[in-house]
Amino acid sequence: MTFSTMPLNAQDIARIANLARLELQSDESERMLAQINGFFEIVGKMRAVDTAGVEPLTHPVAAVSDVHLRLREDVASEVIDRDADMRNAPAAERGLFLVPKVIE
Amino acid sequence: MSGELHELGVAALARKLRAKEISATEAAQHFVARSREHATLGAFLATNEQVTLAQAKEADARLARGDTAPLLGVPVAHKDIFVTKDFASTAGSKMLEGYVSPFDATVVRKLAEAGMVTLGKLNCDEFAMGSSNENSAYAPVRNPWDTSRIPGGSSGGSAVAVAAGLAPAVTGTDTGGSIRQPASFCGVTGIKPTYGRASRYGMIAFASSLDQAGPMARSAEDCALLLSAMCGPDPDRDSTSLDVPAEDFTKSLDGSLEGLRIGVPKEFFAEGVTADVRAAIDAALREYEKLGAKRVEISLPRTELAIPVYYIIAPAEASSNLSRFDGVKFGHRAKQYTDLLDMYKKTRAEGFGDEVKRRIMIGTYVLSHGYYDAYYLQAQKVRRMIADDFQAAFRQCDVIAGPVAPSVAWKLGGHGGDPLADYLADIFTLPGSLAGLPGMSIPVGFGEAGMPVGLQLLGNYFQEGKLLNAAHRFQQATDFHLRRPEGF
Repeated sequence: MTFSTMPLNAQDIARIANLARLELQSDESERMLAQINGFFEIVGKMRAVDTAGVEPLTHPVAAVSDVHLRLREDVASEVIDRDADMRNAPAAERGLFLVPKVIE
Repeated sequence: MSGELHELGVAALARKLRAKEISATEAAQHFVARSREHATLGAFLATNEQVTLAQAKEADARLARGDTAPLLGVPVAHKDIFVTKDFASTAGSKMLEGYVSPFDATVVRKLAEAGMVTLGKLNCDEFAMGSSNENSAYAPVRNPWDTSRIPGGSSGGSAVAVAAGLAPAVTGTDTGGSIRQPASFCGVTGIKPTYGRASRYGMIAFASSLDQAGPMARSAEDCALLLSAMCGPDPDRDSTSLDVPAEDFTKSLDGSLEGLRIGVPKEFFAEGVTADVRAAIDAALREYEKLGAKRVEISLPRTELAIPVYYIIAPAEASSNLSRFDGVKFGHRAKQYTDLLDMYKKTRAEGFGDEVKRRIMIGTYVLSHGYYDAYYLQAQKVRRMIADDFQAAFRQCDVIAGPVAPSVAWKLGGHGGDPLADYLADIFTLPGSLAGLPGMSIPVGFGEAGMPVGLQLLGNYFQEGKLLNAAHRFQQATDFHLRRPEGF
């Protein structure tokens, strides 16, 4: 895919905000647009670096040694206290999280 | 120096506790009163005297039984990024106002098992995103050296608590410099260990491939005591925690610095570093030469690139981590909404502050279809090149030294709400973070308006002991770490 180096515009901000599930007020969107474009001005130098043949680095210590991200056995390790764990829910009833109606 | 409890460090307090010259309860009461007296600094977000005194009583019982654990009975406070059962955990965000975790973070648990007494939770930039603490949703934190100035961030409350004598030691977290920079700005000592050394379980996630916990205190010796208790594998809780056993970092503190090769990257003295900072760093390097160290000129050629690389990777990971805040399972939920999607959008619009929204937007963009390779993947590749530059440098030297930040702490509001000004000021801490290396800040002098200047020390992977040794020997020869702001 060809890559656009054009600065972002107001439609881009609206599209990204929708993906990020953020409602932005119009003054907020304008400010965000200017600030994000300001930031991307310093990203140009990074994009210009020749990285042919370079492996992306995810776990930093992988720069010097083999790092394997481990998975533990999928077995129950402790008893869940459902009431305590749901104490912070904004809306809950009979051990269930309540959300607005999703299916008509 | 008078013998007031808040003027003693961790090691000295622990000795008094073991000698039964004071009780853990007396120590806890003293610091509870100090934090109340200096509440206007904004360092604490949550305290609970009952909980603190109950923990102190337990520590006293252990002391009475003759338990000699090195940290037993010493008070500590935690950055509000670590979740705790006994105190609300907010990450400095309205999103988590009043949130009480059903479990303790591993680091919190380890320090509690070591017998430390928890004073409360410390203010920070929202979700640890910021360099000035001005991004806290609750209150700005004031620097005790000049209360019109910022303390640095994101562990600003942590640094202030130590600098003002509100806690003998604290925890912080460092993603791009959030322990080292506030330590430097407040004249305290802080260390971020190698990525993967300390468990991230229960640390409210910002950027998972960068976040690391570490201690802050008055001296390298005190930091060594805490770090020894904080590190170690957490195999069932944190998949990025490394299988590297905990170490007693106090053992190597006294080693001679004769012949130690200190690498000084020329890029860390580029334009933009203020004259006062430069002078303090130069003087510190001369002190190291007196201690037997050799200065070696080195180069970290991609230092400047660390800014875009970090500010792509960290927001990308943040946008993913913060997607959990949807108003369903915990945290804020908007009162008015039309449907589920609208609930998400309004909840997140109300719950997050400006800087967090900005980073979520940048992160969402660089991970979105068509942009991932050009931004995120490219950033991860340059990240490896930055890490490789350090490996090349460490063939010529044992530790790397330079400024933590280009200037001393600026005035509250001094960057005029310009996020890019904050990002650019992170230039010297970001490279070490991207490489996952251990790093420290130690107080080495004073600059403009009498504000503290910190020296950054970076070591190779798992060389925390060497850093603490270099820091301790410097502190044996100087007294910058013992200076206190007037009135505290």
